[in-house]
Amino acid sequence: MIALTASAPAAVPWHDIWNILVLRGGHNATIVMIGSGLLGLAAGLVGAFALLRKRSLSADALSHATLPGLAGAFLIAQWAGIAPNGAILLFGAALAGLIAMWCVELMTHHTRLTEDAAIGMSLSVFFGAGIVLLTVIQRHGGAQGGLKGFIYGQAASMMSDEAMLTGGIALGIILVSFLLHKELALVAFDEAFARVGGWRVFFIDAMLLLLVTLVTVAGLRIVGAILIVAMLIIPPAAARLWTDRVSFLLVLSGLIGGLSAYVGVAISATVPHAPTGAVIVLSAGAVFFVSLLAAPRRGLLAITLHHISLHLKVSQDHALRRLLLAEHETVSQYKCVWWLFSMLRLRRLVRVHKGTPTLTPSGAARATRVARNHKLWTQYLISRAEIAPSHVDWSVDQVEHVLSPELIAELEYELARAEAPTS
Amino acid sequence: MTPKTIQPESATSVHRSALAERPEHSAQSPLSIHAMTVAYGKKPVLWDVDYDAPKSALIAIVGPNGAGKSTLIKGCLGLIPRASGVVEFWGQPFRQVRKRVAYMPQRESVDWDFPVSALDVVAMGRYGRIGWCRPVGRAHKRAALDCLERVGLADVASRQIGKLSGGQQQRVFLARSLAQDADLYFMDEPFAGVDAATERAIINLLRELRTQGRTVICVHHDLATVPDYFDHVLLLNMRIVAAGPVKDVLTQTNIARTYGGRLTLLAQAAEAVAAQP
Repeated sequence: MIALTASAPAAVPWHDIWNILVLRGGHNATIVMIGSGLLGLAAGLVGAFALLRKRSLSADALSHATLPGLAGAFLIAQWAGIAPNGAILLFGAALAGLIAMWCVELMTHHTRLTEDAAIGMSLSVFFGAGIVLLTVIQRHGGAQGGLKGFIYGQAASMMSDEAMLTGGIALGIILVSFLLHKELALVAFDEAFARVGGWRVFFIDAMLLLLVTLVTVAGLRIVGAILIVAMLIIPPAAARLWTDRVSFLLVLSGLIGGLSAYVGVAISATVPHAPTGAVIVLSAGAVFFVSLLAAPRRGLLAITLHHISLHLKVSQDHALRRLLLAEHETVSQYKCVWWLFSMLRLRRLVRVHKGTPTLTPSGAARATRVARNHKLWTQYLISRAEIAPSHVDWSVDQVEHVLSPELIAELEYELARAEAPTS
Repeated sequence: MTPKTIQPESATSVHRSALAERPEHSAQSPLSIHAMTVAYGKKPVLWDVDYDAPKSALIAIVGPNGAGKSTLIKGCLGLIPRASGVVEFWGQPFRQVRKRVAYMPQRESVDWDFPVSALDVVAMGRYGRIGWCRPVGRAHKRAALDCLERVGLADVASRQIGKLSGGQQQRVFLARSLAQDADLYFMDEPFAGVDAATERAIINLLRELRTQGRTVICVHHDLATVPDYFDHVLLLNMRIVAAGPVKDVLTQTNIARTYGGRLTLLAQAAEAVAAQP
């Protein structure tokens, strides 16, 4: 067991957390830390594949269904007169999880229910059954000390052989996902193509399900039945914000999962009464939150910045175009706020003399370009709206960056014909 | 199918009886469909389809919405279970000649937000050669890049596929099926939603495949371009209305029979206009 420090509850024992983090917390603590870290890594990897295959919710159904499995195994073991040890409980958990997945399969295939409804059904019914079984155990006054660790997670009370087994399973999971990463990604991207190519989609999906089950069951002791699914969902969700490549997604997701498990176990082992599962999930949640804010391009900050710069560019271009057409004479007539013109002046695109704005040569060049771009896009939308690419900012993107030279030539030809005086 | 001419020695196998019934040339044919019926639940989508595809030809499958065009392809490739019938490729069942057949699904069938690059997608065309549990080697990457180059997309090889235009995405799919280096290509709406330049690029590639002796079967939605683009046409509306060389098959009557009343009206209107002095 990792020794719990007897410091005052209010003070965070930073020194002890640090000692455990750098693996100086004793032999047992070191093994528990490594085992948990490896399991977090495995969960991140497998979770990434589940995310790509759009099976994260199924993982949720599976993990919540482990609760009645644990409680049921506990009751059956008691009834049969066997001491309910870890192996029996985990076997019950895995069995119940797989039965829940099978129910989802049955419901989606043989009824009109959609998959999300079937998952919701199976998840809530199994979890409800678990709670009922727990009440039964409590009423009979059964010693449920062993059970609690599996429901909320209690890495701190793990023995080194348990931790080694967890770590070993995690290593196996990591190895298999590494070997099968090409196949798993292929099936996730284009199932029909994979099928025609002769890949056994059923087998590959079954492998994914097996990996998810193994992560869930091996992680019960660390994170607990209620929260283990978070380790399959949060790390890949956070990693997805940072990258557009499967390989990076896998590495990042694994690292985030591993790191949060590692840090979470260290904190929960040192801070008295800190529940391991919750602390691990909160660590992963913190990483997700930071990613949500700070990730390049997909992060909220980047999106906001992009919006602002887009707004600036559009209003500048707008002002330049109207200056080119000389629609108005004084700055005040442009209805533009003062800073827009100051910016244009600063960039030497516009001169303002006695309240009358004029374009500088570079300003005029840009304005002409903007006007032409605008006309070409308009023409494009008029003549080819049905194949308009979806990801274009019409007012900002340069025609040249999106369309092929041949198409631009065609558009220019059409435009010239449309503009030619009809005689 | 109706096994009315089952030979005594082959009575145990529907498969062999079908072979016995078929004309002799079909063992050479890249695709021969015999009495294929496909149903979704209780609703039949394709009835008793019989077809022998010629070698090195561009073949269009044409028909109204819901005629079962995609279903025909999916039925042949075993993506949808067949209610009955036999499909053979060069006289053999599909699983024995898988490597010689390439499939290009509809563009909408996949999630283009998937975190892969154009090159990654094209490399999937090589997976069949790479095999289980092995990474994509340098030679296969180069082959994939060559295919991207053939569709004119080498410069966006490393771009995430969601950032490509619709026409570029379609060409990525085409490049992936080229990477399969097959003898028979099934393409589901390869010209859907692409600009004129892309359409020309695609048809040129298909013609190139034909000169190399390969066969391409496309689900196609534009009757007007069939005579330009294709050698053979298969008019489909739950059953085969007519099939054969475009100039023989693509007649006013056949089209009317395929498209039913709706187009008959149109055709009548066209004839009425043409009849006016």
